[in-house]
Amino acid sequence: MDAPTRALYVERALWPIGRGDLRFWLAIGLLSALVAFGIYAYVYQLQRGLWVTGLNQRVSWGFYIINCVFFIGISYGGAMTSAILRLTNARWRAPLTRLAEATAVAALLVGAVFPIIDLGRPDRFLNVLLYAQVGSPIVWDVVAISTYLVASLVFLYLPMIPDLAIARDALGARAKLLGKVYSALSLGWTGTPSQERALQRGIGIMAILIIPLAVSVHSVLAWLFAVTTRGPWHSTIFAPLFVLAAVLSGVAAVILVIAALRRVYGLQPFITARHFRYLSYLLVALGMAYLYFMISEYLTEGYVLEQSTAPVLESIFLGQYAPAFWTFAVGGLVLPLFLAGLPGRFPIARACLAAILVIAGMWLKRFLIVVPGMAGPIMPWEWGRYSPTWVEIAITVGAAAAIPLMLIVFFRFFPVMSVHEMDEVEGVHAAPPRMAPAFAGGD
Amino acid sequence: MADLPDRTGPSDPTRRRLLGLFATSSAGIALAGTGLAPIAFPEAAAAQGKQRQWVMVIDLRKCDGCGDCTTACQTEHELPKNFEWIKVFEVKDERGGSYFMPRPCFQCENAPCLRVCPVAATFRDDEGVVLVDQERCIGCRMCMAACPYGARYFNYVEPPEPKHPFHKPTPQFPVPQQQGTVGKCMFCVHRTDDGKLPACLEACGMEAIYIGDLVEDIATNGNETVRLSRFLKDNDAYRYKEDLGTGPRVYYIAGHGQHLDN
Repeated sequence: MDAPTRALYVERALWPIGRGDLRFWLAIGLLSALVAFGIYAYVYQLQRGLWVTGLNQRVSWGFYIINCVFFIGISYGGAMTSAILRLTNARWRAPLTRLAEATAVAALLVGAVFPIIDLGRPDRFLNVLLYAQVGSPIVWDVVAISTYLVASLVFLYLPMIPDLAIARDALGARAKLLGKVYSALSLGWTGTPSQERALQRGIGIMAILIIPLAVSVHSVLAWLFAVTTRGPWHSTIFAPLFVLAAVLSGVAAVILVIAALRRVYGLQPFITARHFRYLSYLLVALGMAYLYFMISEYLTEGYVLEQSTAPVLESIFLGQYAPAFWTFAVGGLVLPLFLAGLPGRFPIARACLAAILVIAGMWLKRFLIVVPGMAGPIMPWEWGRYSPTWVEIAITVGAAAAIPLMLIVFFRFFPVMSVHEMDEVEGVHAAPPRMAPAFAGGD
Repeated sequence: MADLPDRTGPSDPTRRRLLGLFATSSAGIALAGTGLAPIAFPEAAAAQGKQRQWVMVIDLRKCDGCGDCTTACQTEHELPKNFEWIKVFEVKDERGGSYFMPRPCFQCENAPCLRVCPVAATFRDDEGVVLVDQERCIGCRMCMAACPYGARYFNYVEPPEPKHPFHKPTPQFPVPQQQGTVGKCMFCVHRTDDGKLPACLEACGMEAIYIGDLVEDIATNGNETVRLSRFLKDNDAYRYKEDLGTGPRVYYIAGHGQHLDN
């Protein structure tokens, strides 16, 4: 990377900070309105009780639990993408890691709120700590999600320290207050070899730690279902299936986030079609693995057709949930594999389309896990019914809008691409030996 | 038929009024009101002659599906109409016949609902009844997902004004129910404490419901009193979904023409 290119890179990385053109305010306005309406819907529910939802005695988990699994899944994918790229020392990662890590935190903050939205008595939430019964999957969830939240915040913050120093030096004069924040957060970074060493060690440890942490979060979310006696849920493959679904939807979300912010922030020179192609390959690999897991699950269950599972499977393949299932299987899983995997023109557009389909498909799949599993006849003669109300839909839409809103606001104050990391992979300054072993060749 | 209680009662139940025995029962339940899951000392309690291990027997040959048990339960616990703590299912068999099956809470010995509760709001008292402390319940509904019998009900709406406004709800008599928490059948322990029979049993005109005690090995439907183990054995009683390993405390006597395998 030559000097003018680096200058442009630095400029673009810092460009969104403090900027606000019409488009920016329009986006903020629209997203805030959606989030505000979601909050209004939640207050409405708080004042009246959970009867304002479509939940009932037979189907007592619905949109909120689906959303919890869905958004935390997206978060997991963001963290995994970044961690894998770091650990494999992929040289093309530099402009992407910050976006992936920030997406992970934003999606997690949204996902972690849903178990509380789902509570009948949110005022007693602290009982989970006061009377924690360690045998309960809910307690596992609280422990795993809060640990993972801290870890993903650290994982976002650590690689940003040198960039905060760059922002401090570049923008400190222009924005006094922000400059103070940068200097406080950059912890006196000057780029000395000992600082570099400490930072690399920290990032290396976090990149390794975040993977088992994220696996644990999604496994305990799966065990929420798998430890029950309900036929369609009581499955040993659930934890790995959930983990894989999470990474799949998360990589798709990363594709969408970088595609959107790339245009908005003028990052096209640095985030190119090549990045989308690589992420597409990742998406295809994960999608095929997911397909395999899913076939393994349905084949073993469908071949035996136990009394408790058979009616639910029938409803998914042929009955009332069949439209949702086949839409997901064909449109949300198989079609994106071809869209993203085949060579040809418009790699970015195809990657984005595949990502949208995968994300929508993975939401549907979570619906197909939670709702038919709930509605299925546990006393073998009665089906439950569930249709969400406007409250659940408004909260869901608001939550989805909160993620881009948080990202846009975050990047108005913090560098959108990692300058330091780009310097490092480009060898601008003599980097000290890395903590993370470069066991896979970069590019 | 597996795991029939093989206990010989210390007295001949036919010569004693069961209700008199019930009156002295369940002193230990008062413990549960403290909000802490009580530690059960069955031996100690048994030594005082107060220990019960409640079971229910439902004779499906007699049940005509009238639903009086459900109504009586709802009146007793001041529940709305969709709260069927004891719910009567009509089960169709392959030959076009049908029978009725009332389903209370099965008070499982290995209760899935109890294990998954994050705050230990669900607990077993020392007489084997699974209770819910609605002062502690956070309303996550994990127990409803875990219960294989659909016996748990969530209070979506604000419960109606209580008939006794000064009554303080307890796990033994959770009236009024609390909005945002989970409730279920608890074998009317507030009534058996006072030597009365459960509301559903009292309301059953067909005398199909028996309440019994594994320790004394007796059961009654309010009219006749039977030796529990012999009654279950002679009638080939079964427990619903026994293969799940939940250890239900409710026995069924199969209805006419009903297959024994479910």
